[in-house]
Order: sequence, then C-alpha cells, then structure tokens
Amino acid sequence: MKERLSNLYAKDGVKTVLSSIISIIIGMVVGSIIIVIVGACTSSLGISSVGEGIQLVFGGLFSTGRDAAGNLTFGFNSTNLGNMLFRAFPLIMTGLSVAIAQKTGLFNIGAPGQYLMGTAATLYVALSIPTSTSTLYEGGTVPAWLVWLLAFLAGMLAGAIWGAIPGLVKAYLNINEVLACIMCNWIAANLVTWMFDGSVLRNTLESGKTGYIYKTSYNGVATAKMGLDKIFPDSQVNGGIVIAIVMAILVYILMSKTTLGYQLKACGSNRHAARYAGISDKRNIVLSMAIAGGLAGVGASLYYLSGNTEFFWSTYQSLPDAGFNGIPVALLAANNPIGVIFTAMFMSMLDICGLQLTNLTAYNEYITDVIIAVIVYLSAFSLVIKQMLSSRKKHKDEPTAATTTAADAAPPTEENIEPDAAVQQTEKGDD
Amino acid sequence: MVDLIQKTLLYAVPLMIVALAGVFAERSGIINLALEGIMIFGAFVGVWFVRLVQEWGWFAEAKANGDWLALQGFELLAMLVSALLGAVFSLLLSFASVNLKADQTIGGTALNLMAPALVLFLIRILANQSTLYMAEGDAASWFMIKKSTLGIDSSTELNPILEILINKVYLATYVCILLFVILSILLYKTRFGLRLRSCGENPQAADSLGINVYRMRYAGTTISGALAGLGGFVYALTTAGCSANGDVAGFGFLALAVMIFGNWKPLNIAGAALLFGLFKYIAASYSSIEVLSNLGISSYFYRLLPYLVTLIVLAFTSKKSRAPKAEGIPYDKGQR
Repeated sequence: MKERLSNLYAKDGVKTVLSSIISIIIGMVVGSIIIVIVGACTSSLGISSVGEGIQLVFGGLFSTGRDAAGNLTFGFNSTNLGNMLFRAFPLIMTGLSVAIAQKTGLFNIGAPGQYLMGTAATLYVALSIPTSTSTLYEGGTVPAWLVWLLAFLAGMLAGAIWGAIPGLVKAYLNINEVLACIMCNWIAANLVTWMFDGSVLRNTLESGKTGYIYKTSYNGVATAKMGLDKIFPDSQVNGGIVIAIVMAILVYILMSKTTLGYQLKACGSNRHAARYAGISDKRNIVLSMAIAGGLAGVGASLYYLSGNTEFFWSTYQSLPDAGFNGIPVALLAANNPIGVIFTAMFMSMLDICGLQLTNLTAYNEYITDVIIAVIVYLSAFSLVIKQMLSSRKKHKDEPTAATTTAADAAPPTEENIEPDAAVQQTEKGDD
Repeated sequence: MVDLIQKTLLYAVPLMIVALAGVFAERSGIINLALEGIMIFGAFVGVWFVRLVQEWGWFAEAKANGDWLALQGFELLAMLVSALLGAVFSLLLSFASVNLKADQTIGGTALNLMAPALVLFLIRILANQSTLYMAEGDAASWFMIKKSTLGIDSSTELNPILEILINKVYLATYVCILLFVILSILLYKTRFGLRLRSCGENPQAADSLGINVYRMRYAGTTISGALAGLGGFVYALTTAGCSANGDVAGFGFLALAVMIFGNWKPLNIAGAALLFGLFKYIAASYSSIEVLSNLGISSYFYRLLPYLVTLIVLAFTSKKSRAPKAEGIPYDKGQR
C-alpha cells in the first residue's frame, strides 16, 4: 500500500495537481488573512463580519442568503451552481487560449483583446442579420440557428485574427509577444468602443440601457439550454458549457494526438532544435497564436450568445476580466486542456463567492481577485517547488548515485531551501 | 504652445521615470513586467497618504495661510511614501525571481493582477466608492504652482519660457526630471552602476569577480519598484487630479515599450518618452486642437494611437534593439 502511494506520488501529474491545490489553499488563506486584517482595522466591520467573510470565501457557492435572525445560511443552491457553470465557459476558453500558447512557449496575455474582438464580431453578426424570430427587425427570414452559427464563427475568426497579429510580429520582427499582446489589448479596447459608438445596436428599447448593446435574444438568437435549465433552475446556464467542454477535449486531441500539436510543442520546448528538425518555427508561432486567439474569441461568443448577457460597449478604459483570468486558469491546470475545465470551474466558483461576499457583507468581490493573484504568484514558482521535491526524493532513493549528480544538483537545492544562507555565503566572497 | 509643452511633459515625465525603473530592473537581469501593477499600487498609496494627512489636519494651517512651501513639502512627503511602498511591493517580485528562481513574466503578471484587486478592494472599504479622492480640495488647489502662488499677479504676461516653467506646474515634474538625471549618472558613471549592469549581461563573470549577483538584482528591482511607485503617484497627481481608481491606463506597459524603444539607454528613453507624451497629449486634448478636431475622426482613434504607434515603432526598431543578455534568466550559482 505504502509502495503504491509512493508510486502515485512519484507521478508527475499527481505532483502537479498537488502543487496546484497547495497554491489554491495558500491563496485562500491569504485572502482570509486580508479579511481579518481589514476587519480588525476598520471599526465599522467588527469581528462577526470577519467570520462571515471567511465563511463566504470558502463556501460562498453553497450560500443561500441570510435567515430571519440575520445569520448566514448554507445549503444546496441550484442558482449558484448553474451560474458557476455559466461563468466557467468563457474562462474555459480563455484558459485553453493561454494554455495552448504556453505550450508553444508563448505567453498569451492578449486574451482580453482577443476576447473583446470576438465579442464585437459575435454581437455584430448576431444582431445585424434579421432572423425569423427577431423582435428587432420585421420580415426576417434567416433561421436563428444559422445566425447563431455565423456569429459563433465570426467571434472565433475575429479572435484568431487578433491573436495572429502578435504572433506575426513575434515570428517575423522578433518583438516580445507580451508587449505586442498588451498593445493589441488596448487597441482592441478602443477599436471596439469606436465600433459601437453611435451604432444602431445600442439598446434603445429599454430605458437607461443605452450603455449596453442589445441582448442577442432580441434578435431571437440564443444558445440552446439543452435541458440544463431544468437541472439548475433560476440560473443562466445553457448548452455553452457542453460546447466549451467539447472544445477542451478537441484541444487535448490536437495537442497530444496530431502532428500539428507535436510541432507546436516542439517549438515550445526548443525553437532552434525544432527548426533544425525541419519544423517551421515561424509558421507555428503564428498558428499557435491564431488558435489561441480563436479560442478566446469562442469564449466571448459563447458568453454573449447566451441571449441574456449584455455588453457594456464603452470599454476603452478597461479590459475584460475573463481574458486575464485565463492566465491563472491555465497556470493552475499546468496547461493541460482537460485540467483547464476544472480550474475554470474553480475560478468561476471564486467569482460566485465574491458576489455573495458583496451581497451579504460589507466586503466586496475584489478580494477574490486578490486570491487569484496570489495563486498566480505561487504558480510562478510551483514548478521550482516541484523540482525541489523531486530532487530531494532522489537523494533518499539513491544515496550511492548521488556522488556525481549531487555535485550539480546540491548547490541550487540548498539555495532554494535557504536563500539567506546562500546570500550570506556570497557576501563573504564580496569582501 | 504653452499648453502643448506642459501637457506633453505631464505625460512624458511619469513615462520616463517608470521606463527608467524598467531599465534598473532589466539591467540587473530581472524582467519587471510588474511596472503597471507597482504604479497602480504607488498611486493608491500616495493618494491614500494625502487623504490621511488631510484628515489628521497636519497641513490644514499651512493651506489656510497659503504657505505654499509647506504644501510642496507635503507633496514631496507623499512622493517619498509612494516610492517606499512601491519598493516594498516590488520585493514580492525580487523574492520570487531571485530567491526562488521563478518565471519572471508570470511573477510580474501576478503583481499586475494583485495590485488593482487589492487597491480596488481597499478603496471600496475606505471610501465606499470606486475612486479614492483627496479628503478635501483637489490637486490643483493644494499642490499646483501657479503665478499667484509665487506672488506674481495672475494677469501679468510672462515671457513664454517662464510661463511654461513656472505657471500651472507641479514640483513633482521637476523632482522626477532631477531624479532621472541623477539615477542615469548612477547607472553609468559609478562603480555600483557598472556592477549592476554586469549582472544583467554576464552574471557568472560578475560573480567570479566577487560581485554579489543576488544582492545586485535585489538592488535593481528595489530601485525599480521605488521609481515605479513614485511614477504611479506622479501620474495620479498630475494627470488624474490626485485620485486613484486602480488603473493607470496601461502606462506601465507603455513605459516598457518606451524602454525597449529607447534601447535601455537613458537619453534615448527621455526622447522616446517625450514622443509618447506627445501622442498621449493628442489623445487627451485633440478636441481643443483645431486642426485635429476639424478632421472629424473619432476620439477613440486618437486614444488608440499611442498603442498603435508603439507597435509600429517597435516593429521598426526591434532589429536594432539590444536587450541585456541575461535578462529573464534566473541566476543559478551552480550553473556554468
């Protein structure tokens, strides 16, 4: 039994899951500590609200509001669960987007821009073609499902084009893709606002809603519910979650079972070696970014084609969170497409917890963003911690073989464990 | 013309100082992608400090008496505080990338995510709204140097150069320019600067000569953090009327672009910052420039112009750009 356990432990995947879980726990603990500190320093909050805040950070998903006495109540909440699934699908897609780029050795921080372009294209197509069930236009003849499909593809295409731009400048002009992506994000933010400024697609039917674009359901376009509204009544969930999961599986197949996936990964591991082996690194960089952008665009399509989501069009000063949150989703999943499904669910759960926190206590939803940031911070060196664990274990297993390998492995390991000691050592050398 | 030069400077100076922040980190071998986050954090800390001090009433008397020297001291104090806290915040990055040899891009991104989240969380609790303002008055009435503050009648016509230099300016702008010069000299003409730069080029060689690479990288990143925090507050003070809302409109990233465009060299960076400042000025006040407003192009075009120009400029200069050789690579003493 013990042997089996240690075998399990030795598996790389298990270690990855473990280190992700450790990151999550530390992240949530840090969030709780901040709640405690803020609660203790702010006279208006008090001790009881600290307890409630922490309860909601961990269990907000099962919160059912407050009872008559004003205490928090918990239980099965189908609305929260359904909304969690609903919020997960843009995250699954942007997570996949970041993950696939990461596998090719590229850091796709441009997901927000790709998501925005996807949003704009989707809404434009979904609302401009009159459908037979439209309330916006009269005499439309196009079936709604066809418009849905066109809008979906438009979102994907727009995202892909916007992703390909940083890919192109990276491959052919050697501009750092991070910087190019960030510039593209802000260009997209302004471009999308420009496109909708004065557009007829702004919601003028409902009063006070001109800041928003029409819901796609006005044109009769909405994703099928696929019976999920029966399972999770009073929530926004729809068939988009199925599409997102299918996309994740497709990406998994693409990356691990096809030649293209192999080439992409080869470029990610060593660009020069890949070129030596006859793989066109430039083509693959562009392709990888285009696929990544397309995935982010699909995320936007799925979200806005739900029919009941509204897009705030004056977005030139802010970028969508769904794009940035793809980064922690992918990092936590160690860029595994299947893992992305679960980490995206976790992130959307945190979202729900944040909403409950805002609704029920004096705290606000931004604490969950802090938790996410802590998790990203930890995942920056989770790999290092994993390596440290592995090398430690090797020492235990093979004490004799350590003579040559230890000489190489030992100094960095020591420094990892005791950074201060290592620094002191060099300080002596400095004198 | 006066307006053009002053506003351009207003945008260029934070860019310049934050780009220099980037230089200090990258020259020591650490990619500081967190500039944006540290700026957001610094802006918040500075504004919060101003707000707190106003609530405590430390400078209320000086304000009532019109003692503008004391108020300038207040401004400097707030700058110092935001620089200090910016440096502390950047320690998170140095710890991850120097001690734990973590991926610097991801570490920086984490800080970029953390700063706005933390800042917005605190602003909501402190002010119960999404923007943190000064407790009373605004930046113009408290900190801006005008002709009247200097005892010159506001109706007198000064010669244009003097007008640019002393009317409606902030002391912070001049302090930043001075700091920029001093720190550039530090980086290029002192032993410390040489050592710092060597760690970004060839840390193994530097180490073999007895330079403590870890300490140098800590120094580079901490100076970087202090400058970025300061830059963030100066941005909030001069362009946002001393308010913080968890956002600096991508200035930190623009500063990174300025740094790359300036080829990691202070003089070029100053020039690049002025260019970008000019574009920012156009974006902010195109409607008052007759030639541009007559063209009838959407304001969003001018707003996206700085980012588009960055991309294009980088496309033309990237072949020539020479980044510090060892940037982004964690230094490992065991590695040869």
